[in-house]
Amino acid sequence: MSLDKDQVQHIAMLARLRLADDEFSETVDKLSRIVDFVDQLSQADTENVVPMAHPLNESQRLRPDRVTEPNDRDHVQQNAPLVEHGLYLVPKVIE
Amino acid sequence: MALDLHAQTLTQLAAGLERGDFSSVELTEALLARIETHEQALNAFITVTGDQALAAAKRADAARVAGAAGVLNGLPIAHKDIFCTRGVLTTCGSRMLENFVSPYDATVVERLAVAGAVVLGKTNMDEFAMGSSNETSYFGPVKNPWRLDCSPGGSSGGSAAAVAARLTPAATGTDTGGSIRQPAALTGTVGLKPTYGRVSRYGMIAFASSLDQAGIITRSSEDAALLLGVMAGFDERDSTSIEHPVADYTAALSGSLKGLRVGIVRQHFDEGLDEQCGAAVKEALAVLESQGAILTEVDMPNLDLSVPTYYVVAPAECSSNLSRFDGMRFGHRAENPEDLLDLYCRSRGEGFGAEVKRRIMTGTYVLSAGYYDAYYLKAQQVRHLIADDFHKAFAEVDVIAGPTSPTAAFRLGDKIDDPITMYLNDIYTIGANLAGLPGMSTPCGFVDGLPVGLHLVAPHWGEETLLRCGHNYEQLSSWHQACPEDFQ
Repeated sequence: MSLDKDQVQHIAMLARLRLADDEFSETVDKLSRIVDFVDQLSQADTENVVPMAHPLNESQRLRPDRVTEPNDRDHVQQNAPLVEHGLYLVPKVIE
Repeated sequence: MALDLHAQTLTQLAAGLERGDFSSVELTEALLARIETHEQALNAFITVTGDQALAAAKRADAARVAGAAGVLNGLPIAHKDIFCTRGVLTTCGSRMLENFVSPYDATVVERLAVAGAVVLGKTNMDEFAMGSSNETSYFGPVKNPWRLDCSPGGSSGGSAAAVAARLTPAATGTDTGGSIRQPAALTGTVGLKPTYGRVSRYGMIAFASSLDQAGIITRSSEDAALLLGVMAGFDERDSTSIEHPVADYTAALSGSLKGLRVGIVRQHFDEGLDEQCGAAVKEALAVLESQGAILTEVDMPNLDLSVPTYYVVAPAECSSNLSRFDGMRFGHRAENPEDLLDLYCRSRGEGFGAEVKRRIMTGTYVLSAGYYDAYYLKAQQVRHLIADDFHKAFAEVDVIAGPTSPTAAFRLGDKIDDPITMYLNDIYTIGANLAGLPGMSTPCGFVDGLPVGLHLVAPHWGEETLLRCGHNYEQLSSWHQACPEDFQ
């Protein structure tokens, strides 16, 4: 097993994922198999190979910083789980 | 309606509408009735938009009378449920977006609507497009119309099954590692993934941003050409959209294959490919040769590394893209959170299915401190080697042809417990995504009653070559016209 329980617990925390107890051991097993599988990349000779940044070697296009969209807040917030007066409600962060 | 409208291709339907043989309302009613009859057996749709479809069909019929018909006026289409559709549920096959009603239309949806297309509904898919069998959908697996205990492939499995079963003449799809082409192969349909940046991804829910591309599933290359002409083109709202002239794809169909240099990758026919699938593909290659194409063997020494490379790059990008699902602004939110961290972790833990969680975690791991160089950077270097293999091959050939998938459709449940076996389904298709190349699958035979696909890959912006190749082949074969027995 290339990953142990503690590592998987740590990765889950970094990814902000709560795993149910019954899915945990399966996740350790399958993630380990995936990591073992991708480990074969280490055998490839990549000396002096530039990492690929874009499939067509293009750079990210920039646009002028102009206001182009109308304010559609109320419409957009119809999908929000919890809003009040146009604000998203979250659990208390600061005591 | 006496005519078998469902049996016609998009191009045939366009001609029929133009002649006035039937109206768009009649056509839409016929297909909605068909969806109603067959949907329970297939599970190809997540949402059927009957009322909106009939309203759009009425508008299309009126536009035709007024002499204002667009190129797709009144023609039915279905959208993969990864494309945002204004006022309509857009779930991406996930519990996370089970109740998400998009406030806007994806550019693809908008362009097709402006051209007059009528949307029948939203098709089922692997959750967040992560899967090759449609079994990761929160809404249950799609069944393959050729054999209902088999997978239609994935992730655009609902689109492929709906087109194969004649519930719609065409459907949109997305392809990150083979998600259009593999289900097309497994259902006997035509699947086209254009060049990276060719079709706008605005409003297409992101999975892996350096790989994702929108495309189509149809029953002929001719139909794919018709739709690509509408979908392709620069979009300011997608920062990965590339400014490149849009060709007349329909005009490109008529060229011959004389002198076309077709590359055959030696490694594609190694062990791993089902022998009978290989035989069907070789027969298709002989057909191309009989039309004047010149078959040349090419070498892809890094082919074996394409799947592991993909399973570093795609999860890394997915872990970043899916961090937007935080239970705050949209999507699933856990009940009674203890604090903010608990809200994040439980909303995501409950909202995402097992495969999506695994990919997010794989991506988190390969990007985490201490592992970035060994995995992510290394994968991007190997990706360069793989792209170079293609560029070297394209110095000698115009198109690469081979199998789309190692086997015909497999049984539901057969591969879902082993992620690696499932991932290897995409070994022949992933390279095109890593290198940003256009790829297409067209039906080329059957193995034990299940369809097999011929895979074509062209250099960047080479969609015309793919469509010409596919169309020429389809003129000399009838595989693409075969219809599953229960869906005649």
